[in-house]
Order: sequence, then structure tokens, then C-alpha cells
Amino acid sequence: MSSAGRRSVVDVALQGTELTGPAAASRPRVLVKLRVRDAIFHQLTRAAAITVLLILGGVILSLIIGAMPSIREFGFSFLIDQTWNPVTEKFGARAAIYGTVMTSFIAMLIAVPLGLLITLFLTELCPMWLRRPIGIAVELLAGIPSIIYGIWGLFVFAPFLQRTVQPALIDAFGPIPILSDLFAGPPYGIGMLTAGLILAIMVLPFITSVSRDVFEAVPPVLKEAAYGLGCTTYEVVRHVVLPYTRVGVIGGVMLALGRALGETMAVTFVIGNAHRVSPSLFAPGTTISATIANEFTEAVGDLYTSSLIQLGLILFVITFIVLAAARYMLLRIERRIG
Amino acid sequence: MIAMDGQGGRAMGLYRRRRIVNQIVLVLSFGATAIGLGWLAVILGTLLFEGASGLSLRVFTETTPPPGSDGGLLNPIVGSLIMTTLAVLIGTPIGIFAGTFMAEYGRFSRITHVVRFINDILLSAPSIVVGLFIYEVMVAPMGHFSAWAGAVALSVLVVPVVVRTTEDMLALVPKEQREAASALGMPLYYVITRVSYRAARAGIITGVLLAIARISGETAPLLFTALNHQFFADFPYLNAPMASLPVVIFQFALSPYHEWQSLAWTGALIITMAVLALSIIARTLASSRKMS
Repeated sequence: MSSAGRRSVVDVALQGTELTGPAAASRPRVLVKLRVRDAIFHQLTRAAAITVLLILGGVILSLIIGAMPSIREFGFSFLIDQTWNPVTEKFGARAAIYGTVMTSFIAMLIAVPLGLLITLFLTELCPMWLRRPIGIAVELLAGIPSIIYGIWGLFVFAPFLQRTVQPALIDAFGPIPILSDLFAGPPYGIGMLTAGLILAIMVLPFITSVSRDVFEAVPPVLKEAAYGLGCTTYEVVRHVVLPYTRVGVIGGVMLALGRALGETMAVTFVIGNAHRVSPSLFAPGTTISATIANEFTEAVGDLYTSSLIQLGLILFVITFIVLAAARYMLLRIERRIG
Repeated sequence: MIAMDGQGGRAMGLYRRRRIVNQIVLVLSFGATAIGLGWLAVILGTLLFEGASGLSLRVFTETTPPPGSDGGLLNPIVGSLIMTTLAVLIGTPIGIFAGTFMAEYGRFSRITHVVRFINDILLSAPSIVVGLFIYEVMVAPMGHFSAWAGAVALSVLVVPVVVRTTEDMLALVPKEQREAASALGMPLYYVITRVSYRAARAGIITGVLLAIARISGETAPLLFTALNHQFFADFPYLNAPMASLPVVIFQFALSPYHEWQSLAWTGALIITMAVLALSIIARTLASSRKMS
């Protein structure tokens, strides 16, 4: 038996009520039991980790199988065809892909500068005691469910845009040749621009939280040296902080882009659901996710359902690539900062 | 006074320009923060204004009404609670075990790196695609929509959140604690369950709370898994379609009926308050742990 000072788990276990025989005889048995339990727990956790991989594999596989009829029927032309006609069973993804890319582009155009400016405020200007509350408030924007953005966008934001912002934009850009096409047509309120703006607010917290993390990881010595040379705050951020954190900031932006591309409910409310590509940002359009959300339960016929699943597959592939790129960049900066 | 020669004048001009650019950027950054905060305030304000007027006891005691009459949100609230609970019960063990493997048994193995990468992608993957996935593997083979399918779809969203926080929190447990436990002769599973889990408990609970907050507002994965159900008729039969708060909000908000729209706002207020409360509790839990 072990000496008085060294009592192992085996000895503690031996004192348990389950053991009746003499302690010395049970010791090997208890050791075996512990080893078996450890092996079981090891394999259990391993299986759970592999489940994560299986989920991804299952998503990809099930989407490919579900999309097969549509892939066979339309082939490559699915990606570029604009027709979306459930009656004649002719389907093409062009309008949906265009809408997805365009709304996300508008969102990033607004959210990236806004997010970086907020980060600059939070890391350089804001008094210490205010940083935490403001940071939490901005991150709460990410906590609000997307359906809330949808209902708010439809009933509050879209009418507001329709009454004030859109007429002003039409008037302002009307005389300018190319821009007049972008801002043409009746101000519906709902449409591409509205969807893009809502997406911008939704992804803002992702950009600020990532860039805040990397901004704060910049060695103070670098910034102090630049300040010592007489640089202004803007110059320090622009020429020292941003170059140092570029990979991380781009990673954060890609992460936000991945979110914007796949966002469903908020967009579904305000996009207008029209399967066409129109040059005007005010025109109603559709996105991949909005099309699926709107039409999937009502889809009759295998080809219709299958086309919608193929849309889902396209969306998943696009977001997977964007998110993988984002993760890769964030990993790189993590390694550098340590 | 020293006369300004050409060079000095240029230098002063440059200096002034740099200062002005700086001022402009600082004002813009202040403005951007004001926009971000203002937006949050406007959204919450609208929710309170529109939702609170419909808030009454009836919302919690009556089922969803047919168009044009009054009613409540009892069945979608109960449906959401049931499916969220099931999803957490399914997803949490998988998430915690997977996180345990990554932080304890396989911290340096290749699987861990792959799983971490894939998990981070799943964390941000479009939830509507998860809905399609569960439709393909559960709804289509079974031939009908069901609460089970909805719960499984939500659990797929729970897993990545829990995996991430569990791994992060276990990684924070000092290795000396594990070494001390191992030195006593404890097998690894004993060390993990009795030492690591105890040290990381608050963090792991935070992860579960965040996962609940995330799924309780999710609509897209429920649209074609649990679908919707107007009444309590088949209740609580999990093999039948089941109403949930987000899906009912979606349906009611887009309807032309005033009563339905008003209920949608009330539902939106309830969800948002629940989700924000959950995330604030999770945050306090996480930060109180950091301080101790």
C-alpha cells in the first residue's frame, strides 16, 4: 500500500462503498476500471470532435444530392440565366447571385469605414471608463436577432428612406450620367439599397470587435515612437497601426462579408423579392437566401425544390470560401501577435 | 519677428494641413460612434414603443388568433421554449465533449487544428443552409415537418458556439492544476471532470447561454423544418409541425392584418429582451470570472 503521504485516486476509490473485498486485492481491478473509463471518455470526446467535421460533410453532401436534378437539368447555365419561372420550370440564379453580391457590397462599402472609425474612437480617443460600455453597446447590435432588423427595416427604415433619403438621392444624382442609373426609378422604400444599409448595421459589430482586438495588440512602443516623432493621432493609426494589423483587419472584414452574404431574414423583409437584375439600387431585387426563405415551403415539383437547394449550395460554397479566407488571415495575425 | 521664408511657410502650411486632416478624422470617428449607438437606440426605442402597447397578460395566455381577431402568442412561445431546450440538450454535450477533446486529449493533434478551422467556419455559416440540410436529412425522408427537425436544426447552430467557448475556457485552466492532479495518480478523465471542468465552469456556462441567445432568435433554419402551427391541436406532439416565436413574427409581420402586425411587434419585443438579457448575463458571468 502507499505510504501515508501519498494517497492516490485508487486508494480514494477503494474507500468507496462499491468495494467489499480486501483493499489490496481490488487495487489492480480499480486501476483497470479507471483505465477503461479513461479510454471511453477519450473516445467519446474524440467522436464529438469528429461530429463537427461530419456536420460540415453532411451539409455539403446533402446539398449536392438535393441539387442534383437541377444541376443535371440546367448545367452551367443555371449560374448565368436570369429566368426564374416556376410555371414553366425554368430556373436561373443570376438575379439571386447578383442581389446577394450587390447588397453585401453596399453593406461593406458603408460598414468598413464606419467600423474602422468606431474602432479608432474606441482605441485612441475614448476615455477609459467609457470604452467598455460603448464597446458592449456596439456589440449588442450583433446580439439583436436578424428578424428584428427585418421587421424594423420594413416598418420604420424603409418608409423613412422612401420619404426622405431616396427622393433626395434621385434629385441629387439625376443630372449625372452614370449615377443617375444607379439612383433611378420610383422610391419604393424597399429594395437593394435598403437591404444593403440594414446589412451594414448588422455586420458593423463584427468589424469593430475584430479590429479592436488587433488594434489593441499593437505594441505600445511602436505607437509611442510615432507620437514621439510628432505624428497626429490619424497619422499614427493610418501609418503605424493599420499597416501592422492589416491582415487582421482584412480578416475581420471578410468575416463580416461572410455574414452579410448569408444573412436571411433581415434581407427577406426589405429586398422586395423580384427575380430580375436592374441597374437601379432602388429597384426591388432578391438574394439567394431571401429566395430560399420565401419560396422553399411553397415550392411544388422536384425541379423547383432542387433549384432552390442548388441556390443554397452556391451560397454555402461562396460563404465557405470567404469565411475560410477570413479564418486563414486571422490565424496569421494571431501567430504574429502571439 | 522672423520673416517667413518660402520653406518655413510651406512647413507651417503642411503642419496646419496635417492638423486639419487629423481634426476631420477625429470628428468623423466621433460621428461614426454616435451613428452606431444612435442606431441601437432607435431600434430598441421603436421596439419598446411598438411592442409595449400590445404587451398584456393575454399575450402569454392565449393562442395565436385567426386574422382579424385578438389573441396571444402562447403556442409560439411554448414552441420556441421546447425546441430551444431540445436543441440545447442535443447540442451542448456534443459541443462540450468536442471542446474537451480539443483542449485536453488532442491539444496538439492534427484533428484538433482541422476541427477548430471547420468549427470557426460553421460558427458564421448561413443558418438558412442548415435549414436546408435538416430538411434533406430529416423532413424529406420522414415526409413531414416536425418539431424534432426544428430542434435538430437549432442544435447544429448550438454546437459551434459551445465548442469554441469550451475549448477557449479549458485552455485558460493553468496546466499546473492538471499536473498537480495527475501527480496524485488521477487518470486523465478524472483530471478533466474533477479539475478542468470545475475551473472552467463559469466560462462553459457562458458559452451555453450565448448559444441559447443565438438560437432563440433564429428564424431561417425553422422555416422548413418545424414550419408553423396555428393551434395547440397536436400539442405537444414533437412529430408534428410546431409554431415558434420568430416564424410567427415573420408570418404576422408580413400579413395585411393590423392585429397580426401588432402581435408581431410584441413578439419581437419579447425575443429581443430575452436575447439581450441572456447576453448580458453571459457577459457578467464571463467578466466576473476574469476578475477572480
